[in-house]
Formats: sequence, C-alpha cells, structure tokens
Amino acid sequence: MDKRHSQIAQRFQRVMPKVDFCSLRMVHERSESLSVRQNILQPVSNGDDIGAMVTVVDSGGLGYAGSSDVTEAGLRRAFEQASDWARRSATCSVTDFSHIAFDHPRGEYETPVTTAWNTLPLQDKIGLLQTESARLKTDERIVDWEADVWYAECDTLFITNGGGRAHQRLCYTVPMLSVTANAGTETQTRTFGGRGYCRQGGLEVLDQTGFREAAPQLSAEALQLLSAPDCPHGVMDVLLAADQMMLQIHESIGHPLELDRILGDERNYAGTSFVTPEMFGSYQYGSALLNITFDPTRPEQFASYQFDDEGHRAHKEYLIRHGLLLRGLGGVTSQARSGLPGVANSRSTTWNRPPIDRMANLNLEPGQSDFDAMVAAIERGVYMRTNCSWSIDDSRNKFQFGCEWGRLIENGKLTTVVKKPNYRGISATFWRNLKMVGNMDSFEVLGTPFCGKGEPNQIVRVGHAAPACVFTDVEVFGGV
Amino acid sequence: MQDYFYRLVDFVIERLSAEEIVLCNFFAEDSDFVRFNRSAIRQAGTVAQRSLDIKLIVGQRQAGGDITLCGDFSVDRERAATLVDRLRAQLPYLPEDPHLLYASEVESSEHLGENRLPEERGAIVEAILQAGRGRDLVGMYAAGGIHAGFANSFGQRNWFSTYTYNVDWSFYLSGDKAVKAAYAGFVWNPKEFQYKVDKAVQQLESLSFPAKTISPGQYRVYLAPAAVCEVIELLNWGGFGLKEQRTKQTPLIKMIEEGVRLHPGITLLENTRDGVAPNFQEDGFRKPDQVRLIENGTLGDCLVSPRSAKEYGVPTNGSSGWEALESVEMVSGELTQDAPLERLDTGVYINNLWYLNYSDREACRMTGMTRFATFWVENGEIQAPLNVMRFDESVYRILGTGVIGITAEREFMLDPNTYHARSTGSSRLPGILVEDFTFTL
Repeated sequence: MDKRHSQIAQRFQRVMPKVDFCSLRMVHERSESLSVRQNILQPVSNGDDIGAMVTVVDSGGLGYAGSSDVTEAGLRRAFEQASDWARRSATCSVTDFSHIAFDHPRGEYETPVTTAWNTLPLQDKIGLLQTESARLKTDERIVDWEADVWYAECDTLFITNGGGRAHQRLCYTVPMLSVTANAGTETQTRTFGGRGYCRQGGLEVLDQTGFREAAPQLSAEALQLLSAPDCPHGVMDVLLAADQMMLQIHESIGHPLELDRILGDERNYAGTSFVTPEMFGSYQYGSALLNITFDPTRPEQFASYQFDDEGHRAHKEYLIRHGLLLRGLGGVTSQARSGLPGVANSRSTTWNRPPIDRMANLNLEPGQSDFDAMVAAIERGVYMRTNCSWSIDDSRNKFQFGCEWGRLIENGKLTTVVKKPNYRGISATFWRNLKMVGNMDSFEVLGTPFCGKGEPNQIVRVGHAAPACVFTDVEVFGGV
Repeated sequence: MQDYFYRLVDFVIERLSAEEIVLCNFFAEDSDFVRFNRSAIRQAGTVAQRSLDIKLIVGQRQAGGDITLCGDFSVDRERAATLVDRLRAQLPYLPEDPHLLYASEVESSEHLGENRLPEERGAIVEAILQAGRGRDLVGMYAAGGIHAGFANSFGQRNWFSTYTYNVDWSFYLSGDKAVKAAYAGFVWNPKEFQYKVDKAVQQLESLSFPAKTISPGQYRVYLAPAAVCEVIELLNWGGFGLKEQRTKQTPLIKMIEEGVRLHPGITLLENTRDGVAPNFQEDGFRKPDQVRLIENGTLGDCLVSPRSAKEYGVPTNGSSGWEALESVEMVSGELTQDAPLERLDTGVYINNLWYLNYSDREACRMTGMTRFATFWVENGEIQAPLNVMRFDESVYRILGTGVIGITAEREFMLDPNTYHARSTGSSRLPGILVEDFTFTL
C-alpha cells in the first residue's frame, strides 16, 4: 500500500471519536487522459486526487465530513464536523441510525490486470491514438473525428472503529472513438459504443473491446447514414443491440429498483419509482425471459468490487428472475429503513460525497437465441445500435430513446439502413413484451462512466452486460 | 486562501526554467449539505475540497494535471513539485500543439465576496424543518464559500470568492403530485423564505383536485421560467460553441445553414456581468461582460474558447474550454404578471420540465416530461393537476413560430447543481406562452 494510505490509517486511530460507530473512507485516484482530435493531440491531462470521508453515527444520528485535508489536524476537524451533524440530526432523522448494523469488513481486492497501463510508453499510446484517428478520416464529408482513452487507478481504504479494514485497488480503462459526417444540414455521428466499452483492466481492454478494429466500420456507417432514409413510424418489433440494451436496462430497470428512490429520498431531484415495496416477491416485471442480476463478480466489468462504500461485502444476486421482481438495489441503510432485501450497493463518486444506493453492475443474463434467429423471427421491425438519446419520467415509466444507427427488418431479413431510429414506451409494459433474448454470441460487457443522481449530486461508474433482445409492439419513429 | 494559492504559485514559478510557462487554476469549496426527506434529515455533512490545476508549456508543447491540496504548505508544495516534474518529463514526447493559446497580456482581477451567511448553521436547518412540519418536504440545503483563482508566470492574478446558500425543495402531496420551490442567495432572510414557502403551499392546494390525463396532441402551453430554463440547458449541449458550429454538430445548424430564425422576441445572452460566476477562464482570458448569442430571433455571436479561436482563426471571447453558458439571460417580453393564465385561456400550465434530450438533433427537436406542478387550465383558471405527459417538439416552434407571448417579469435562478462542486451558474429567464405544443405520450 502507498505510504500515504498507511499514514492516513494511523491518523484515524489517533483521532477517531468515541461514538457508536465511525468510519473513514479514503479514496486516492490517479488518472491519465489522452485524446487525439482531427489527428491533433489534445492537451494531455494527469490527475492525482486524494481525500477522505468520515462518517459518525451517534445517538441515532448520522453525520459526515469529506475533506481533501488528510493531515491529522484535517481528519480531526472532519470528525468534529461529522460528530456535530450526527448530534444535530439525532432527533430529526429519517431513521434511527443506531439500529443499522454497519459492518467492520476485513479484506483486499484488486482488479486483475493483464497488461498494465504503464508498460506502454506515453509516446506509443499517443501513436496508437493517432493511428486510429487517421483511420477515421476516410472522406471529405467527415468533419470531426476523435480517438481517446482514459485510464484511472483508484485505491479505496475503508476503516472503522470496530477494527474494520478493507482495501481495494480498481483499474479502469475507457476507450472511445467518435466520427461525425456532414452534408448540408444533415449531420450524423457514430461512436464506439457511446463510450460504453468502459471496463476494469489495463491495456488489454483495447484488445478485448476491438478498439483497434472499429474505426473503418464507424466511418463507413457515419457516411452511410447521411443518405439513409429516416426510420419509419409505426408500432413494430425492435431488435436492440447490447449498446442500446445498456441504457434500456439502466433507465427502466436499474433506477426504478433503487430502494432509496422507492423510499422517497430522490423525489426532489432524480425522482421516484413506479415500483412499490409490496411488489417485491409478487410483481411480474417482465416476460419469463427476463433475468436481471446485480453482479459485482465479473472482474472486467466496470463496477465490480468486493466491498461497497459502506464496507459491506458484495455478492451476485438476482433482482428479477424469470420476470418476477425479487429484490431491490439498496444497501444496508435502505434495507433497514424499508425492511426489504437488497444488495451491497451503497456507493459514492469519490471521497467528497456520501454513499447512497447506486447501480453497480446490472446485467441481463443471456438467453438461448442466436442473432440470425432473432432477425428471422421479425416480420416488420428495426434493428437499433448505440444509444444517443435517453429520457424518462420521474417515476421511471414513460421513456424515449434514440440510437445512432438502425436497419429495417422485413420478413425476417435485414434490409435498409435508416437514420434517427427512436422508440418510446412505458416500463411497466415494455419488459413484458420481451420476446427473445440473445445468447452469448451477442452478449457484450458494457457500462457508462456517467450515472448521475443524489443531493448533493454525484456521478458513479456503472456496468451493464447484456445480449441483443427482441421486443414486440413498440412505438417506433424517426426524424422530422 | 487567496494568499495560500499565490504562495504556492510563487513556489512553482521559482522552479521554472527560462523557457517554461505555467498556467495555474485553483478551486476550493467549504460547503454544508443537509438533505431532507419526509420533513426529516436524511444525510447531513460538510465537504471541504481544494485543488490545483497546473499547465506546463514550453514553446508549442503543453501538458497538464491536477492535484488535491490539503492546506499544509509543506505537503502541497511537494505535491505541486511532483506534478511539475511529471509534466516536464512528458513534454519532450508530445507533439507541438497548433491550437495552443493562452493569455500573455496581464489582466488581473479580484472579486472578494462578503461572507454574510449565518454563523450558526442550525438556524436555517431548523427553519427548513419547521417549513416541513405537517407536510412532506424533500430536498436539500447547501451553503458555504466557493473560491477560484488563476495565476500565470507572466504575473497575472485573478481571484473570485463568493458565499451563497441554496435551498432546493419540493412539497409532496401524494404520489407524484408535488410543488417545487427554491430559495437561494447571499443573505438569508427568514421573511423571504417564508414567502417562498407560502407560495408553494398555495400551489399545493391546487394539486389536491382530482388529476386529469390528456390525450397526446397539440396544446397551448405556458412554460414558467424554470421550464424555459430546462429548454435552454439542453440547448447549452453544444448549441452555442464555435467548435460545435464549425463541425456542424450544433443543434442550431438550421439557423446557420438555412437562416432559420426564432421568434423576434427572443434575445439570449451570456451575461457574465450580472451573473455570479468568475469573470476569467482557465487560460487566463477575461470574459467580456456579455456575449449576445441570439438577437431578436437571429443567431448572433457564439462562445469561443482560446483553443477554438486558434483552430478557426477568430478571436477568443474568453469562453471556457466547454464553450457552455454559465450566466444565461433572456430579455423580457410584454406579458404582464397576471397575463399568462388569461392568455393561456385553455391549455397546460407547466411549472417544470424534466429529463430533456434531443429526439432529432439536426431539427433541434427535443423530448422530455412535464413534472411537479403542471395544471390543466380552462378559461384562464386552473381546473386540475395534470398527470405527467411526454412532449416532443422543435425549438424552432418552442422559441420560434409557436411563441404567442413572453412575460415581462423574469426570474433569477441560482443553479442548484452540485456535480463535483457547487455551481456558480445562474439564469434570468421569463415565462413563454407557446401554441400547438406537441405531447406524445
């Protein structure tokens, strides 16, 4: 462990107050961001961010303090502030926090890395991006193009006044390609999964995700879209690729199942949920083909971990099995407040925000259908790839999504490429129209670095692995 | 804190070689956050964060990085030195940057906000709890100091500090029926807060009538200032930057390529002079008082960062690298305070919109939801709260051919956004009456 981390742990021992429960969560993230736009290297960015959040539970109240001052004096001050907030809120909190069983975890976890980031010299990484950037510019109608990769290595140390000590080192690699083509007022963009190919790991992520092979096809498709007809309007089947399933799962399963949302915490900002506590164990969320898991155990997936940010050990759990809603996305606090089963998903963006219920890895388990069979089963529909627009109501019901690229399916065959494919629906009925679930052939491990929620607001990294899927009777439409 | 930043910068500059240039950006925040649900405290805490961003330049090569600061000079000095050494080691391997541009003429400035926040934090929290008694209050109180600084090796020094509070909350009646309210500023006034509370409670009474569901179709609507703000915020995704315009990715592309205009009553500006954000950007350029983006419906100037200026051969107007609005203002119209309901006659009164995104970017068509206190109005009187509806409509109608009135009165709103840090953004916007606004679901 870094010497600074050990020093912080020692300071904690000297300054921790005598209270019912207290913890310190140190987060230290080092990052490097490289981007080549229009074949020109953009300003290189290096980050080194370290801070700590302390939490105090005392006499039923809970308070926190996040600080970039991790000196002994700084941590002492943070504990004083957190203790003050715990006392102030003790008689007017949403719950009695002294009844919540916070863990004192012990353990270590590290992202398995095959090819470490620093094994490739800086100039070679830049050269790699310059090569991919050049491969994107294939035509004069391509007006903007970019290749970039962002790497971060994040140490978290969680220690408690009960002897808990959990250390995790997570390594993230996020590759991205983007190409924009234009003719008059027609502008079309194709991207590498919409930044969805974000994973844990080192440079091997570039090979796993096909980063070095993607540029020619993306350019060709951007140009193809310029002269493509608009997606037609009508009620029809949709075949959604994994990089659109990602957002569908995120917005209309993930967020509605967050227990703190169901408890009302997010009603002023991110919203509430159409899901109510009574539904768990009895509500048919989707067709029998729908199996959704909270899975922190896939080592390459973006939001895998062993302990959440309140120190609870994470395990894989089914949230929906054969379409039946079983369990919510709620950490130990929400489980205690609601009396409902949950998972270890109490997470925060970094040291400067308190943990709340967040998605981590939320996956749609693969089914039995191969891609060709799914196409063959559709008489009239649209195959859509790569999300570019997302919108849903505050109860997580009425949604609308747009994708970068579509292709008509007519009488069981892929035909015309179409632009601006959009669809809208209602979560409560949409998932019951899940007709086919792809097998491992179309299964992809994706995610997003940007899931926003909470007051104060915070962004976390989430993972969504899924195969392609077919939905029936969907309202589809295109451009103006 | 200002002195600490300058001391750290002086340390960095002392270690530079003759050919090296540095640009330094400092940020700090000391904020209380108290989150409420069901009129009780959900989470309460304090965040103190400080960071330093350093850009090292030699000739046409640059490399940058940022570090957290702890406030102990001996520690922070070492961190800064380590970062500079790292950047120095990277520079020889980086190609020259043809789009590098930074301020070399010294334009220092200083804005020292006065801290007029109450010393005893408990009083405000108690006032909010009191407002929630007997009701269902959800939301957040945030308050504290925000500081930003710029310094370079040419001797330029810019400093900004402000102390603000922002209470952003809703009163919930039942289900999704709620009224949203906000009270933000520099000096807490209990009577002003109570006025906001009373106004919200009045609207809550209107929500108690049985809710109405309308069919998809076109309706006359009134967009209150907060709803207009959501439209402008989505337009802010690439709508007003030079780079997006030149790469044809701006959602306002039809205004550029086809001369499409908005309603002549629409004049939109980035008004740094009357906002609450710093008047300098990260490369040392001062922001002008105003940038007039849309003038009487016609596309005007855009936000030009130094990088875009160099790339496209035009002068910079001190925009940040994001080329996004921070202090937006729309000029007043002519509708008097009571006119919106009367002129609405029969239609939908929308206080807030939610989760907007583009459904057709080239056509500048947006989709989103109604949220919070949205009402069905007949003959100028509120009849019922409206169940949530999805809209899908072009900005060329919302701010263009569909406009039938703009209010004279405008609302000044401090941005409650707290992603990474508390925002210093603001907007001053009127309400807008729109004909034939399309609801789809």
